[in-house]
Amino acid sequence: MTLAARIIPCLDVREGRVVKGVNFVDLKDAGDPAEQAAIYDAQGADEICFLDIAASHENRGTLLDVVRRTADKCFTPLTVGGGVRTPEDVRALLLAGADKAAINTAAVRTPDVVDACAKAFGAQCIVVAIDAKQVSPDRWEIFTHGGSRETGIDAVRFAVEAVERGAGELLVTSIDRDGTRAGYDLALLSEISSRVKAPVIASGGAGTLQHLVEAITLGGASAALAASIFHFGTFSLAQAREALRDAGAPVRDVVGYAP
Amino acid sequence: MQTIALIDYGAGNLRSVERALARAGAEPVVTAAPDAIAAADRIVLPGQGAFAACMTGLSAQPGLIEALRRAVLERGAPFLGICVGMQLLADVGLEHGETQGLGWIGGACRVLSVGPKDILPHTGWNTAAPARAHPVLDALAPARHVYFNHSFVLDPPANTIGATTEHGETFACAVARDNLVGVQFHPEKSQAVGIDLLQRFVRWSP
Repeated sequence: MTLAARIIPCLDVREGRVVKGVNFVDLKDAGDPAEQAAIYDAQGADEICFLDIAASHENRGTLLDVVRRTADKCFTPLTVGGGVRTPEDVRALLLAGADKAAINTAAVRTPDVVDACAKAFGAQCIVVAIDAKQVSPDRWEIFTHGGSRETGIDAVRFAVEAVERGAGELLVTSIDRDGTRAGYDLALLSEISSRVKAPVIASGGAGTLQHLVEAITLGGASAALAASIFHFGTFSLAQAREALRDAGAPVRDVVGYAP
Repeated sequence: MQTIALIDYGAGNLRSVERALARAGAEPVVTAAPDAIAAADRIVLPGQGAFAACMTGLSAQPGLIEALRRAVLERGAPFLGICVGMQLLADVGLEHGETQGLGWIGGACRVLSVGPKDILPHTGWNTAAPARAHPVLDALAPARHVYFNHSFVLDPPANTIGATTEHGETFACAVARDNLVGVQFHPEKSQAVGIDLLQRFVRWSP
């Protein structure tokens, strides 16, 4: 038996509501995060990812409350990201019901925070989220602040370093593809997944079931994350599992809750 | 209703385990107090993070380990250890140096031995195959998918292995002996299969 490929619906949240934008702008409302989480839990999501895309200091209390309400609705592993800067932020999220915390901008600005968080809570609950944009045929660079701020940092090299520092997982988002439904950036995923031991979650660009399959079979990712295609009912999680199974990828046998 | 003491020693996703036990029909009491442990019908020991840090957390609570030892080993209260809560049953932990464990099951807790192409941490859903019939671990039959998130495993005595999983190697994902059960995976995060396992634990009379 083998570790199953994971399909992860992502709840992008702003001010307590699920939203999904095209290239990080033009947000549409897709509902209440706790309600969405309960639906995905019942459908057998392998994990649920919860990203606070506004992530301001003032909103911290609201975020923790939404995480608490969301975690209370499901028995599915929950990764939460957005505005995680310190081990104390990670601790607050874990206490609210998150299983893993995703660190994004802070990992770029002060990479030591990854070491500190992994040391305090274990690598298995620290995810480093990488937002990358292709700048030349063989080079991707990290952009922060929702893709608006350029850093000049090589995304592949950064990914390797993040794992060395203790990241137990990488959430790799292609800014070029995010919201386009044109498919994941498979070259970026392969570059990173072939160089690290930690699992890679593919993000940005899922539009068809074939895209989810390719992330695993061609991109070398352990998990495929998607938002719009699930939120708006284009595809169900069951269809996604079926597509992976048909392609020969290891898939979980989901057992439904007793009534 | 039976009381379950869910041990709070600053290491573990208590909230998730508490909710899952409630869903399984129990009334968990989150506590580290020796008198509450003495009064509890069952004990659940969660745990996340590093072996040494968890052992330090357990030891830091006055009288906690002694109260657990009396309830579980002397009185025979049914016990469930989850993730690092299972690993602590080892004689010794080898994560960040050598740390003495509770020693209730024995063996060592060491890093998972994986091949060049296997990911580490072992994160996600993998099958747990029961090694024998057991009133609690029967929830895993024939080989259900459950959720794992760890890099270290317990190498227990062979006669205590309750279920096994493959990732790079075949390792014990559950142990069982007398009134003790330990699981390396997270039943509180394994949806229906996990709730079923917890229900069986709540009803179990070893």
